[in-house]
Amino acid sequence: MNPQTIVPPLPATTPAAAHPASARRARRRSTPARIGLYVFLLGAALFFLLPLYVMIVTSLKTMDEIRQGGIFALPHALTLEPWRLAWSGVCTGAACDGVRTGFWNSVAITVPSTVLPILLGAVNGYALSFWRPRGANVLFGILMAGAFVPVQVMIYPLVRVMALAGIFGSLPAIVLVHLVFGMPVMTLLFRNYYCNVPHELFQAARIDGGGFWRIFLQVMLPMSLPVLVVAAIMQVTGVWNDYILGLVFAGRDNMPMMVQLNNVINTTTGTRQYNVNMAATILTALVPLALYFFSGRWFVRGIAAGAVKG
Amino acid sequence: MTIRSRSRVTPYAALLPMAVVASLGYLGAGLWTFYISLTGSRTFPSGHFIGLAQYHRLFDNERWMLSLHNLAAYGALFVLASLAIGFLLAVFIDQHVKGEGVFRTIFLYPYAMSFVATGLVWQWLLTPGDGLDGAIRALGFEHFRLDWIVSQDHAIYTVVIATVWQASGLVMALMLAGLRGVDPEIWKAARLDGIPAWRVYAQIILPMLWPTVATVLLLLATAVAKLYDAVVAMTQGGPGIASEVPAKFIMDHLFLRSNVGLASAGAIVLLVPVLALLAPYAYARSRKEAA
Repeated sequence: MNPQTIVPPLPATTPAAAHPASARRARRRSTPARIGLYVFLLGAALFFLLPLYVMIVTSLKTMDEIRQGGIFALPHALTLEPWRLAWSGVCTGAACDGVRTGFWNSVAITVPSTVLPILLGAVNGYALSFWRPRGANVLFGILMAGAFVPVQVMIYPLVRVMALAGIFGSLPAIVLVHLVFGMPVMTLLFRNYYCNVPHELFQAARIDGGGFWRIFLQVMLPMSLPVLVVAAIMQVTGVWNDYILGLVFAGRDNMPMMVQLNNVINTTTGTRQYNVNMAATILTALVPLALYFFSGRWFVRGIAAGAVKG
Repeated sequence: MTIRSRSRVTPYAALLPMAVVASLGYLGAGLWTFYISLTGSRTFPSGHFIGLAQYHRLFDNERWMLSLHNLAAYGALFVLASLAIGFLLAVFIDQHVKGEGVFRTIFLYPYAMSFVATGLVWQWLLTPGDGLDGAIRALGFEHFRLDWIVSQDHAIYTVVIATVWQASGLVMALMLAGLRGVDPEIWKAARLDGIPAWRVYAQIILPMLWPTVATVLLLLATAVAKLYDAVVAMTQGGPGIASEVPAKFIMDHLFLRSNVGLASAGAIVLLVPVLALLAPYAYARSRKEAA
């Protein structure tokens, strides 16, 4: 599931932050029910952690050790060789440079594909919520639908148009596509954020003689930090994890990491280098995972903003 | 130009890029795809109008029918399992447990991973002999078999496992946010009346959380229609065409099998359930906003 979905107002507080404290459950003894609760949660946690554990352990083993079986066993002889191979030696098709080429391609795609949709989305959201131009509702409706429509409906016409324009299979093409699919969601996100900003603030800035851009740059943008962070998390995660758009639009020279990863693992002939494959998988997942672990509640807020009821 | 009249034009100018994207990118491309689905286009789009023939062909196509069948089975299981697991996790975490933050982090991290990465990890875990299957047999359960991923009848269910693992943390996060919004007075009243907790959840809390549940359902359902990456990473639609899904059918016919007309018809068909789900939701929202 892509985080790019519907975007209702940003919750005023972090969903998990405000808890009506212990008022709900005064008694907290070690009853059998209580123990069962922890058993369930720990069991679930193990199930959720299992693949990550297996990935890490496998990526540190030699192929000999993997062949001996025991995917849960800790490595006897720790080796970082699979990581080195995954990063700079594994083959995709003819080239054997590892996933690092994909990594840098993904960086090159993600940076503009995050900045541009956010900037345009912020301007759009601001224009829609404060200036209320005519036809805004129609536009809004199309965007709402656009956020849900399967990309397959639009992919082929976009390919043709880009081929005609001569940019198909290039960096601008993939950035443009991410812009097309990202801007609506970003617009909805910012529109809903600005809808909760007191309109008096805008009126006051108008009376002070502020124009469209001045009010945007000097009043609205400075108070948009929370929603900017959320937008950035949504966009970076979405673009980094994208496979289908990168596969179609990026072209060979800009192949993003997810496409490369799938090629590395699913097109190899001969014995599968499970250790290298797992190291490569972790490497590609590292950016969104790091974002998740470091941004913590902001990440939850980001995906909740894409989903919580309006 | 005076400041007044200029500031009346600027909002329109600022919205121009989005208007172009909305009208050309979404509406235009959607209509073009619909138009192509009515033509005899093969490798390249052609203007040869053939009416609904592509749709007839589509529904005569065994692979397409199988992909619809798979999507229905996948969708029902994925939505139910994600919803049930996510809700249970949220309820359990909501009991004021120790280490709540740790549990939340663990349940949600798969959602940060891409479908491709998720799919590849589970593909390996489920590979007969090398993955869980071999590990459990090595423990002494020699007759244990876990070969769903290479089985015609079961391959699609392995995609359910991987994607439920990925998505139920999100359901948990959303449900937990909903639970935290429930008025504590309800719990006090329920306790005074001696109503067991599970009944309070089933009969009072869950109905109250209906808006959250509706959003989660919509999210999960649209994810079902979009299912592609995970299948490509896990089974590539195989064995044979056993785990084919509509999105993959469309992509294959667009780019590998040079049947643009048929693929476009498939894309339009795929659009129908999404719009059918979205329409009531959008309607409810617009009424709420108008109120």
